[in-house]
Amino acid sequence: MSTSTTLEEPKTGTWDGGNEPLKASYGKLMMWFFLLSDAFTFSAFLIVYGLSRHTHVPYTGRPEDFTFSTEWWPIPEKVFNAFPGFHGVDLPLAFVALMTMILILSSVTMVLAVEAGHRMDKNDVQKWLLWTILFGSIFLGCQAWEWTHFIVGTDEGMLLADGSRIYGANMTMNQYGPPLFANLFFFITGFHGTHVFSGVVMLIMVFINTVNGVYQKRGHYEMVEKVGLYWHFVDLVWVFVFTFFYLI
Amino acid sequence: MAAHTDHSHDFHQTGDIPKAQTKVIWKTFFILVGLTAIEFLFAFTMDASTLRNAIFIILTIFKAFYIVAEFMHLKHEVKALIWSILIPLALVIWLMVALIAEGSYYFDSIVNYFN
Repeated sequence: MSTSTTLEEPKTGTWDGGNEPLKASYGKLMMWFFLLSDAFTFSAFLIVYGLSRHTHVPYTGRPEDFTFSTEWWPIPEKVFNAFPGFHGVDLPLAFVALMTMILILSSVTMVLAVEAGHRMDKNDVQKWLLWTILFGSIFLGCQAWEWTHFIVGTDEGMLLADGSRIYGANMTMNQYGPPLFANLFFFITGFHGTHVFSGVVMLIMVFINTVNGVYQKRGHYEMVEKVGLYWHFVDLVWVFVFTFFYLI
Repeated sequence: MAAHTDHSHDFHQTGDIPKAQTKVIWKTFFILVGLTAIEFLFAFTMDASTLRNAIFIILTIFKAFYIVAEFMHLKHEVKALIWSILIPLALVIWLMVALIAEGSYYFDSIVNYFN
């Protein structure tokens, strides 16, 4: 006997709560509206990035002659050109391309977990959730490396007017350009990274529940779907961060 | 088995699990990878310009469409849900136009002040 049969019949009248205009469960709807509010938050961050960029002098010279200066906003591909194991080699956007691929791949394994959940295939759900957790964790590791490199800085650093050099970036000094550029980098990618981290934690919780057969007993894998919605949103935000922070 | 009737039937249904339907999922994946590859192509073969930025933004919107429509399954929800998510996002466009214009104005006034 499953426990669900002992519940009393739900009310089905139109005005008794039986009407379901959006044809989605309460949990999924609330996840959608939370994601909508989160989309506003991230949009505001990225728009503030655009605003800050427009208030600063752009670099107008030839891209080959570009040097770091607090005078102008940096060209992103001159800032993000490092790759682990290739010290000093100019590989513009290579590492961020890898991170993008990892996150898209984790989104795919997440859909596959949701799909397996629809078929009540516990083994497949476990397998694809594990892959998603793995890719999510790798992405976090990549971001940690990217942050470390950004904070430590390059060998050359930035030459100041008095002849001294500064290396790397923090909240007040930035070898790559105006301090605001570093602040926005920490803020936007940091907020996204926090979302990825929360997503991985939720995925681990859902994975433990799946292994324990909680959803199999419940009769549906909707919790996997809800965490999946969140996870795809994190991927979606990265698509926008990638364009507005790294490409443009 | 009889002693555990409460649970046993939950764990012995491996026989009737339908086959996985993953064709659309992988198709969407390859579209996303393709669009990202095109973005990189433009990043390395074209000099920075308003046109290049416009291309990036259009490709990004395409990617966003595939993630939201297929991966998040919004395309297959009822119309009322689709619009309740999409219409509020129009506010983002307003904020974008307003703040970018504000930034440009601030920049212009600073430049003109010092010249």
